[in-house]
Amino acid sequence: MARVVTHKNIEVGASVTPVRVGSYQRFLKRRSTLAVALVTPLMVLIGGLVVYPFFYAIYLSMLNKAETTFIGFANFRFLFTRDTFWMVVWQSTLFALTAVFFKALIGFVLAHAIHALPDRRQRFWRGVSLVPWVMPPALSTLGWWWLYDPTYSAFNWILGTLFGAHVAWLSDPNWARFSVILVNIWIGSPFFLIMYLAALKSVPPDLYEAAEIDGANARQQLIYVTLPMMRNIIAITGLFSIIVTFANFDIVRVLTQGGPFNTTHLFGTYSFLLGIQSGDIPLGSSVALFMFPILGVLAFFILRNVRQRATEL
Amino acid sequence: MNPSKPQRHARPTRRQVLTGAVATAAIAGFPHVRTSHAAGQLTLAIWDHWVPGANDVHTQLCNEWGAKNKVEVKIDYITSIGSKVELTAAAEARAKTGHDIMSLATWLTTIHKNSLEPVDEQVKQLANKYGPMTPDGEYCFKHDGRWMSLPSAAGGNHSYPMVSRLDLFKQHAGIDLKKVFPASKTRDKALVEAWNYDNFLKYCEKLSKAGFPFGNPIGPTSDSQDWLCPLFLSFGSVPADKDGNIKLDSDATRMALEYVQKLVKFMPPDIYAWDDAGNNRWIISGKGSAIQNPPSAWTVAVRDQPKVAEQLWHHDVPRGPKGRFRGALPRGNGIWKFGKNKSAAKDLLVWLLEKDQQFKLITASKGYDVPLFPALFEHPIWAEIGPPVGGQYNYPVRGDETIIVGGYPTPQPVGAQIYLQALIPNMVAKVTKQGMSVNEAIKWAVGELEGYKRG
Repeated sequence: MARVVTHKNIEVGASVTPVRVGSYQRFLKRRSTLAVALVTPLMVLIGGLVVYPFFYAIYLSMLNKAETTFIGFANFRFLFTRDTFWMVVWQSTLFALTAVFFKALIGFVLAHAIHALPDRRQRFWRGVSLVPWVMPPALSTLGWWWLYDPTYSAFNWILGTLFGAHVAWLSDPNWARFSVILVNIWIGSPFFLIMYLAALKSVPPDLYEAAEIDGANARQQLIYVTLPMMRNIIAITGLFSIIVTFANFDIVRVLTQGGPFNTTHLFGTYSFLLGIQSGDIPLGSSVALFMFPILGVLAFFILRNVRQRATEL
Repeated sequence: MNPSKPQRHARPTRRQVLTGAVATAAIAGFPHVRTSHAAGQLTLAIWDHWVPGANDVHTQLCNEWGAKNKVEVKIDYITSIGSKVELTAAAEARAKTGHDIMSLATWLTTIHKNSLEPVDEQVKQLANKYGPMTPDGEYCFKHDGRWMSLPSAAGGNHSYPMVSRLDLFKQHAGIDLKKVFPASKTRDKALVEAWNYDNFLKYCEKLSKAGFPFGNPIGPTSDSQDWLCPLFLSFGSVPADKDGNIKLDSDATRMALEYVQKLVKFMPPDIYAWDDAGNNRWIISGKGSAIQNPPSAWTVAVRDQPKVAEQLWHHDVPRGPKGRFRGALPRGNGIWKFGKNKSAAKDLLVWLLEKDQQFKLITASKGYDVPLFPALFEHPIWAEIGPPVGGQYNYPVRGDETIIVGGYPTPQPVGAQIYLQALIPNMVAKVTKQGMSVNEAIKWAVGELEGYKRG
């Protein structure tokens, strides 16, 4: 049944004709309704493009090669018996941890360097530093490939001209791993830089002043003021980057295609090789999903820690 | 039948007579409609040919056929760059909707055989006219006794002959390749016989010392399989037999590995990082004396390095103790089971594979596409195209080479994994680059092979 209501902002007793609003209209006017309406398209997108494919991938990983029989975890058990798969696990871990460590380190150093600049110059350097990150990775990786190219490598031309040296950038397993990690660091460092710079700017200057009064030197200020204040950003950025780096595909795909002799394959490229190129989609899905539980647990603990710390603050 | 009623001859009604007359007229007027029920629309997903103009000729021919048969033909040319053909095929097979005809590179028929319409009758029809299909085509398209794809008329079938510098071989190795493999049917048997892997190693050593090494990739690339797998076969090494029994751990494999160990010493050090264009770049750069490749390297050299192109001669691969094997990549066209116009699809594919149309398409591809029916090798383009004139005469097999796909002769599902997961190049690289012993590398490869048999 409809009720007579008056608008909140209208003073009681004012000579205004009361508006009759139905329960449906009231429902539409509720802030929560509006919020749900605005969020729904995104939820549908996430549901269609993330949630559904994720569960579908789990389903696929439990089928046989011909996708006719449900075989439970047999694909995972099969993978555990394969040397190449364990090599991919090791390489992905090496790739992700090394790249994230150096991205964080470079981002941290650069963030401090830019933070120390006057405001006007900061803007320029912030923009320039972001270039590797905003370029499409497939395109920038192609540029790197030309630098590494076995026949026409620009790096080797310079090395050869200056020192008579030749580096097997992509044909030696260790150099090839170094090369793909280097490109990932080049692309990913600006993300850390920008996040750390934002974190640095949010540290209240009073804390540094207080530390200075207490006689803290620059190193002590870094350890006891800056790092604790940046801890949450460092944790979240690190977590996000680890997940994205573990899932990397394009760098290896463009530079080495997993070679030489599978020594640069990552989960993404190996999954593509097995699933799409070799037509074994269940096994490819199993490879792609392998890191999910490990990263899920890691994310749980890191985010819990971040929440706890946010509450303390 | 009721015996109490007298039997009468059924007299056709006026309506039945009229219907019959219309049907007869339609059959007489449109023979194709009668045979194939072709009508409406036909959609094709075809490999985007890299030779400029080749797609245009294919489109013209399809439209010509469409106009004759009252079928609207729609063609999507899909590039193979970035595995887009594989992705399209996988998506259509999974969704059970898409084009009627799908371009299926070498192993895609094997991968999607359960979603394909058999084409036994069509292959029989063509074989009656042009003889049996080449062994590489049969291996890729025939599954469990049934033909599941037809060769692609629109191109892409190619093989991997030697592409050698005439001048460098003559000057540094002392061999006149034009004399050994002339652009005519006359060959000196003794000279051809002497073109074997033992002598090839000696030539490579001389050419390497002269600063012009032979170059081919050893990596997870198609070109790597297409020279290494035939080389192993020519030493008698097979990954597994026709029944899938693993046979890789053999003296023949050891012999082949030891041979490649010697050969790589005379090859550029970066071959492990070469992609499929790596050997092309090598020969075009002028640094290399020979590669194994279809004429695409020559075509680019004509544009970028005409002096190099003038010296490039396509010819047979060396012979091993167990024969002379050349790698090839046949490309098929399959018809999806869920295709909406399957009979029209079959008719179009057969029509395109007939001699007149094939000749136009071969000309359009500038001889890059080699038909899978050897009777069609009589096309004059390979003798005429140049410079050097006759340099591609031996691109279609003219001598005692057997043309195979890496992975042969194992059952195709295992063969596909051997090829696509680069078993042989990886095994070779483990020995020649990583320093693994021959026996360890074979043991590793046997372990991989056992995994490929997973059902």
